[in-house]
Amino acid sequence: MANDHIDITVEPGEVHALLGENGAGKSTLMNQLYGLLQPDEGEILVDGEKKVFRSPRDAIAAGIGMVHQHFMLVPVFTVAENIALGAEEVRGGPLGFLDRRRNRRDVLETSKKYGLPVDPDALIENLPVGAQQRVEIVKALTRDVDLLILDEPTAVLTPQETDELLAVMRSLAESGKSIVFITHKLREVKAIADRITVIRRGRTVGTATPDTSEDELAALMVGRDVSLEVAKGPAEPGREVLKISGLIVEDDRGVRAVDAVDLTVRAGEVLGIAGVQGNGQTELVEAIMGLRPVRAGTIELEDDSLIGRSTKQVLRSGVGYVPEDRSLDGVVKDFSVAENLVLDMYDREPYGSAFRLNPKAIAVNAAERVEQFDIRVSSPQSAVGTLSGGNQQKVVVAREMSRPLRLFIASQPTRGVDVGSIEFIHKQIIHERDNGTAVLVVSSELDEVVGLADRIAVMYRGRVLAVVSPDTPREEIGLLMAGITGTQEAEDDQ
Amino acid sequence: MTTETAPPAKKEEEEKRESFFSLFLQNLWSANTVTVTILSIFLALVIGAVLIVVSDSQVLSYFSYFTSRPSDALNASWDLISQAYGDLFKGAIFDPAAVQAWFDGTGTWQAAFGPISETLTYAAPLVFTGLSVAIAFRGGLFNIGGQGQAVIGCITGGVVGFAVGLPVGLHLLVALIAGFLGGALWGFLPGLLKARTGAHEVITTIMLNYIATLFLSWLILQNGVRDPERTDAISKTIESSAQLPALPSPLRVHLGIVLAVVATAVVAWLLNKSPFGFELRAVGVNPPAAKTAGMSVAKTYTLLMVIAGGLAGLGGAVQVLGTADKLTAQVAGNIGFDGLLVALLGRNKPWGTLLAAILYGALRAGGNLMQVDAGVSLELVTVLQALIVIFIAAPALVKAIFQLRAARSARLGATMAKGW
Repeated sequence: MANDHIDITVEPGEVHALLGENGAGKSTLMNQLYGLLQPDEGEILVDGEKKVFRSPRDAIAAGIGMVHQHFMLVPVFTVAENIALGAEEVRGGPLGFLDRRRNRRDVLETSKKYGLPVDPDALIENLPVGAQQRVEIVKALTRDVDLLILDEPTAVLTPQETDELLAVMRSLAESGKSIVFITHKLREVKAIADRITVIRRGRTVGTATPDTSEDELAALMVGRDVSLEVAKGPAEPGREVLKISGLIVEDDRGVRAVDAVDLTVRAGEVLGIAGVQGNGQTELVEAIMGLRPVRAGTIELEDDSLIGRSTKQVLRSGVGYVPEDRSLDGVVKDFSVAENLVLDMYDREPYGSAFRLNPKAIAVNAAERVEQFDIRVSSPQSAVGTLSGGNQQKVVVAREMSRPLRLFIASQPTRGVDVGSIEFIHKQIIHERDNGTAVLVVSSELDEVVGLADRIAVMYRGRVLAVVSPDTPREEIGLLMAGITGTQEAEDDQ
Repeated sequence: MTTETAPPAKKEEEEKRESFFSLFLQNLWSANTVTVTILSIFLALVIGAVLIVVSDSQVLSYFSYFTSRPSDALNASWDLISQAYGDLFKGAIFDPAAVQAWFDGTGTWQAAFGPISETLTYAAPLVFTGLSVAIAFRGGLFNIGGQGQAVIGCITGGVVGFAVGLPVGLHLLVALIAGFLGGALWGFLPGLLKARTGAHEVITTIMLNYIATLFLSWLILQNGVRDPERTDAISKTIESSAQLPALPSPLRVHLGIVLAVVATAVVAWLLNKSPFGFELRAVGVNPPAAKTAGMSVAKTYTLLMVIAGGLAGLGGAVQVLGTADKLTAQVAGNIGFDGLLVALLGRNKPWGTLLAAILYGALRAGGNLMQVDAGVSLELVTVLQALIVIFIAAPALVKAIFQLRAARSARLGATMAKGW
């Protein structure tokens, strides 16, 4: 059961935050409100009138709009075409022509009315994520909605874009619209919400006001006290383990994604890479791991060049790697927990030799790791796909930490992971650092980078704009993430 | 649960037993793969029965006065269907009369074992081609090229069989290895193309099928291959030293079926117990994760197609060295394409594939008798095979017809259809 007797009331002109961990049932609840799912029990009242939503069409007719976490836009269509999609203006009867001009005018009108600048003729695929989101909001607003649901809207935004979005939400609320803001980021909730409903395991566990402290909110979300701060002592950086200089890497389209990057990571320190997703972090890490060819530059692991090495060789030379896309790159969902725990060591003693596997050693290893990393699973023989995101991630982290490491690379180590597991994974990363491993953490969550890192490199459009201390004010890091350096505007190379 | 009548003391125990029993029944009637497979075969036989009646003009004529005397039509239909399916059984497994005659001393043991011998003879090459498709599929590749690989296996195995002089024993071994290598080469090409250029193996293997089949047609007309004493397109006879040892005539079953069982065991071991099997299963379900874990997807694809091709090639060699003793344009029959269906029926599991191949062999062997005795066309067997596969490929249909409960763990997706 994803939702268990939830009551929630949203007043006109209110920003109502729905707070809960991944899998708490927030999206399920909102999908019912938007007609994508039907409730088994209970009712939905709009302005005191009972409504049944069989599809989003019904919901839109009742004045409810939704901006999904993953945008529902057609990349090769223009902004105006996307906004018209599903409610096209047609001239000359049902078989007539699309009235593009009227569409365009509607878009401009709505855009102006709510102060949301969009270019109706731009192609979606050419727009940055923040602008795409604006298109989604304009799209909902052209349908004349009274209640706007925003599902995790800030996950893909820079801190500045987030601020802009919060301002838009505020002005929409002032114009009388109601907003449901789904999130798990406490800071944003406190900044914008008029009321907060906390959901845990499909139940409403409490309502709060914005002056509730972050720790109290987190405790409500998780059901126990959690420490949001990553507890760690000062780093004791040793020798240089990873040394990257002048690195140039191209993305799948042949566009330069990593542009002359120089970085070093020392033993016993965590280097965090901050940046909005899609600024070259993925390609940088893939290049180190031998998953992507290098155009120019050097990558050295303690005087050993990693250029031209296969992924297997890189892993075997003492590198642990937690990929950013867990379900695609991290685990084989149909494989058991035990098999996933040896996914990159199956052909090494004691788990196997060239011609046979050793199921006993694999099982022993699985039992140990499950215990050590607190992986909640009924049996190590269960398929990994049946585990929660947090436990799947623990499987990946356990696998990568179960051999002697010189370098540990974690990309988005806690994406889609519950707060309890985040705490655990962060502790493990710091533990690895204290054992003298060089650690590279890439995350688009600035809080995570600031919490874990001893030094922070900010990436923007494939370049490292600056390496700063984690004590740097957040605003300053946020500006760097948006490409604005202290002295001058970043070169405008569109 | 109707346990109200039971005495209170025993109630709990009884409830437990009943729930165990009902759980057993539930599981039996749930949509697991075994149940669906058996019901698919049953459904195919039911539809086959209708086709048998419809295609017989004699029986059909009784239906013209069905309303006045329905018994005529029903009896005639029942007689025909039971005779046809009786023949299918007698031709494939055993004929009670022949077994009785053997016990009485009036018949020979050869006659008693004849049907099963036929079944296994037809099954042997299908096991190899089925395994070829199954192992490729587990690695995420859809090997449509079993036919071409088997044809090349027929050619290389057959040519070594009649053109090379070697001592008994060694000759057979070399001929089999030649068959394996021929098929392996025919699998290596699409594997390499897939690994290097991303060319889809479905396209390349289908094209290689044509090349192999037409190459065989050309080859048997060439001097040195063609039998000089015959005018038709047929090759020289394979020397007895290269033929698979068989039971005494008229039994046809040969060592091929034993090799097929061994091959099944080897494939099962390779899939589940070897590091290469681990790799190929990982690549099969999630290539990016396999790549991230340091496996070489390209190497796995290539090696996998070599093994799959080799297995199909062995199937061709077994066909030539065991059942046929000469190369003809049709020597490989349809064993490559039937291998696809056998693998589907066996759910891409080695032992399942073995059983499926035997079922296919049985249908084929029984169909021969059915045609001779009941006058039902052999094509009906092909229709039955096709129907079974359709029902298995559409498990939702079977589930709906029999109102099966959803199985708890069985993944009943149309396994093969997902491969595209």
